[in-house]
Amino acid sequence: MTRLAALLILLVLPSVAGAERVVLGLSQDEVAITATFDGSSILIFGAVQRDAPPPSDQPLDVVIAVEGPKETVTVRKKARRFGIWVNSGAVEIDVAPSFYAVATTRPLDTALSQTEDLRYRISLDRAIQAIGAAEEASDAPSYLEALKRLRIADGRYMIREGAVALDEETLFRTSIRMPANLTVGNYTARIFLTRSGRVVDEYQTVISVHKVGLERWVFSLAQEQPLIYGGLSLIIAIAAGWAASAAFAMLRR
Amino acid sequence: MTIYLPVAEVSVNAFLLLGLGGIVGILSGMFGVGGGFLLTPLLFFIGIPPAVAVGTQANQIVASSFSGVLAHFKRKTVDLKMGWVLLAGGLVGAAIGVKIFEMLTEIGQVDLMVQLCYVLFLGVIGALMFVESLNALLRSKRKDYVPRKRPEKGWVHTWPLKMKFRTSGLYISAIPVVLVGAFVGVLSAVMGVGGGFIMVPAMIYLLHMPTKVVVGTSLFQIIFVAAFTTIMHATTNYTVDAVLAVLLLIGGVIGAQIGSAIAVRLKAEQLRILLAGMVLIVCFKIALDLLLTPSELYSIASEIPH
Repeated sequence: MTRLAALLILLVLPSVAGAERVVLGLSQDEVAITATFDGSSILIFGAVQRDAPPPSDQPLDVVIAVEGPKETVTVRKKARRFGIWVNSGAVEIDVAPSFYAVATTRPLDTALSQTEDLRYRISLDRAIQAIGAAEEASDAPSYLEALKRLRIADGRYMIREGAVALDEETLFRTSIRMPANLTVGNYTARIFLTRSGRVVDEYQTVISVHKVGLERWVFSLAQEQPLIYGGLSLIIAIAAGWAASAAFAMLRR
Repeated sequence: MTIYLPVAEVSVNAFLLLGLGGIVGILSGMFGVGGGFLLTPLLFFIGIPPAVAVGTQANQIVASSFSGVLAHFKRKTVDLKMGWVLLAGGLVGAAIGVKIFEMLTEIGQVDLMVQLCYVLFLGVIGALMFVESLNALLRSKRKDYVPRKRPEKGWVHTWPLKMKFRTSGLYISAIPVVLVGAFVGVLSAVMGVGGGFIMVPAMIYLLHMPTKVVVGTSLFQIIFVAAFTTIMHATTNYTVDAVLAVLLLIGGVIGAQIGSAIAVRLKAEQLRILLAGMVLIVCFKIALDLLLTPSELYSIASEIPH
């Protein structure tokens, strides 16, 4: 009973104190993918609003997580069979974000306790959910490591500890680089204020990533009217073939 | 100048794509091959998703083949009758090939089968053509050489259902022609290419068609096979990227014109030896990929759950 009471107090405490809250700004709340899109940087900045002076003994940390649309991912591994390299093993990972960036003021394990990470699913390991992956292959963890390694390499996943600048425990800012090969959809940006690894406030907002103009038109035609789209592609091909032939015939004359 | 491809969902350098299209176009015009066996691996290499690369290259092949065949029509080096008979076999073969492809997908390892097909067919065809054309080239260099006439009556010439193919100067049974078309149709559906690199040698060595007519006739037939494939990919897999196709085919159609101009200046043996060399290089590259330890053992395939 006393433990339950203690837990309740812990849960209620932040809101009762109402001590610190996030006031957020974004450089842009949408990413428009145009024909010349080559990635984008989003500036996330804000301030900490407080009613009372900050506690001096525990430093404030800011943890920012930006997450793209969730996907189901199959990781395959090659092995040598009869002298040639073939896909021999596969692990399906139920939920993996198509994009994930974590930026913090201090190293993640300092800024965030294990329990809070489990609760809010903030670190990359928590954001990827591989329930049942262990049953598919005995070395399932190596497949997960490969997923993280490959996606960090192509800029889809990033862990940037210490990349959030915090001035006077009040103003914070960081910039998140989004690569050119973005999956379209709604991206969530979550901002956590923590003290001693415990979350004192959370703020969540949505960044919309979508195609515009010609890119949008081509993509939706291909999805919604595939036969017309295929026919149009053929007409363009035939016309281009004829035009080149006619142009060269004129050049020769 | 980078450009974002709406279906492939990656951004790539536009000039790189124009250049790739141009190179493949030149080869297409020179040899009467669609160039799919070359373009598809190149597109993988620059980061286009494999499904989009296969779907889109079919569309680009329509353009470069059409541009090439027009040039050949002007020179009257297209055997239309032969083309139609081949095509009839080809469409039947392609339909069978799609079924085989489905079966392979169910078993798994379809990628491996495709790669093994590439190595086997490119290797055998490339080697045979290389040896034959090298011999022909060496013989023609000798002063005292009298061109030996090809045997007028091969085994295919004794079959029934004979047809006159005036442009090729042949009077042969339609059965082997349909069979060649069907065989190439099966392979092109399984391997995801137009099939010119198999069609061209088959026409030369099995049907004994004159090399100059072979190129135009092959291109003529490839247009229809590739158009069929484009529609199939667009409607079933949504993997035709129109922007990627346009960039590739601008380079491709110009290249095809240059290629067919080069082709008339070269001897038939030289043409064949060059094609054989290219086929062998691609074969060697794919074989190496299978044999050498890859730098990255893991690969990722993702889909958004619906």
